Amino acid sequence: MSDLTDLTLVEAQAALRRRAVSAHELVEAHLRAIQDANVLNCFITETPLHARNQAKEADRRLAHGEARPLEGIPLAIKDLFCTKGVGTTAASEILRDFTPPYESTVTTRLWAAGGVLVGKTNLDEFAMGSSNETSALGPVLNPWRRQGSDARLTPGGSSGGSAAAIAARLALGATGTDTGGSIRQPAAFTGTVGIKPTYGRCSRFGIIAFASSLDQAGVFARNVEDAAVLLREISGFDPADSTSADRPVPDFQAATKRGVKGMRIGIPKEYRVPGMPGEIDALWTQGAKWLEAQGATCVEVSLPHTKYALPAYYVIAPAEASSNLARYDGVRYGLRIPETDLIDQYEKSRAAGFGKEVRRRIMIGTYALSAGYYDAYYLKAQKVRALIARDFDLAFAKVDAILTPTAPSAAFGLGEKSADPIAMYLNDVFTVTGNLAGIPGISVPAGLSAEGLPLGLQVLGKAFDEETVFRVGRAIEEAAAFNSRPAAWWRTP
Amino acid sequence: MSIDDKTVRRVARLARLHLEPGEIPALARELSGILDWVEQLKDVNTDAVAPLASPHRMTLRMREDVVTDGDKQGDILANAPQAVEGFFAVPKVVE
Repeated sequence: MSDLTDLTLVEAQAALRRRAVSAHELVEAHLRAIQDANVLNCFITETPLHARNQAKEADRRLAHGEARPLEGIPLAIKDLFCTKGVGTTAASEILRDFTPPYESTVTTRLWAAGGVLVGKTNLDEFAMGSSNETSALGPVLNPWRRQGSDARLTPGGSSGGSAAAIAARLALGATGTDTGGSIRQPAAFTGTVGIKPTYGRCSRFGIIAFASSLDQAGVFARNVEDAAVLLREISGFDPADSTSADRPVPDFQAATKRGVKGMRIGIPKEYRVPGMPGEIDALWTQGAKWLEAQGATCVEVSLPHTKYALPAYYVIAPAEASSNLARYDGVRYGLRIPETDLIDQYEKSRAAGFGKEVRRRIMIGTYALSAGYYDAYYLKAQKVRALIARDFDLAFAKVDAILTPTAPSAAFGLGEKSADPIAMYLNDVFTVTGNLAGIPGISVPAGLSAEGLPLGLQVLGKAFDEETVFRVGRAIEEAAAFNSRPAAWWRTP
Repeated sequence: MSIDDKTVRRVARLARLHLEPGEIPALARELSGILDWVEQLKDVNTDAVAPLASPHRMTLRMREDVVTDGDKQGDILANAPQAVEGFFAVPKVVE
């Protein structure tokens, strides 16, 4: 094998089991790739010692025929998941020195399945952003560049470090979280596969909270089957999360092989938004044709409240964030700016510890929840949320899945949108509806823009029907035969 | 709908965020811009609609009223900026 980082997760599983490669070799190859990709700023914390210890145990188990599902597989973890004894920052100054004394449920499951932690990935601060530019540790660079240009592009956000790490082949899988599109949009921008499962499918325990009724963990991988393998491992009931769903977890990998024959796919007319580039519209139409060629039927559906999803989201998410982030008080953990007065200490610590976008959202949320405004903003937004969820219920009475573009553009340049919060928020126009309704969605790379950047298509499914999402995602992947990869410009000597 | 400087100061106080006087006007403009954009929600008729607080309208589970965790004083204080004799320490709040 020329380069072990070119294996897919499923290929690596097989190679490890037939002892063609050791976990040690596989992990070392990825640790070297990480070293060579420093300029991308994918990782906040690299964990080579941890990885080598886990690889040793993996090789021992492989030798004894005791391999677990992810034995020896190098994984990158978004730095929003608490990892016991390994610093967890949420890319915020306020948690720069925080070392969790406990492990998130999602990562507990990954290590119990034999996964190997290679590092904690960069993100927008507290997952609030669509470009990774709000990170206190600096932005992540997208491994992809426009043809003939060396302009620095965003990998999207908030899970930009995880997405870029998969695109640059620094790990075989990665975790993300998705509150308004934070897995699917970066997946589209980096030519990777990203899935946000149904709200409640994966435990939120130990994930630093942003907006609790919207946050959901998910995964990134290089292809749909790899993503299915990973998602199965992190899914399942957890009594430690009050909104965790107590229901069986299907074999998602098996679902990817079942095809789309006889399925009905909805094409929502309201997603044809003004200003969307023609090439994205064309790719979307192409996606529908691919599915029809494989035996599905595409029909137009209506999701009439789509245009109100983003404004509703930008009330609900900041409101929940302002409440969740009240815990950062400089008393129990996190940054403290010492003052002689306690209130001053709270205010100075929080002002120093939170970045601009986080402060902005805390302010919006506090305002929306304050006396006299609660009904007009928060309650109103929750009612609109109910209508958006009902739109999907009505559509899913007629179709099995819905096909949309993932994002309204390809990856944009660093700094291009950071001056205008609303322009930045509009990135999530196609993904945020899935969070409000709590339904699963996958982004699959489906083609390249005229400038040579990856574009993604999104498949949305019914609640707890990730199997259909994987089936349709796999059908798109198969037809698109997307095999482009970024030139490894970051490996400068 | 526009947010004035006074409202910014009031909300910042509620949110326990210190603001330098110089940052208030710009923040007022940004917040007004976002709230003006959010105003479009008023165009939606929601008269007979029940608010949706959580997807799937889930109800919270009940569980046995038993202790399932605890005895972790060391873990809990491990990240405290200041801990004294097993407690979190803060500036004096009563004279």
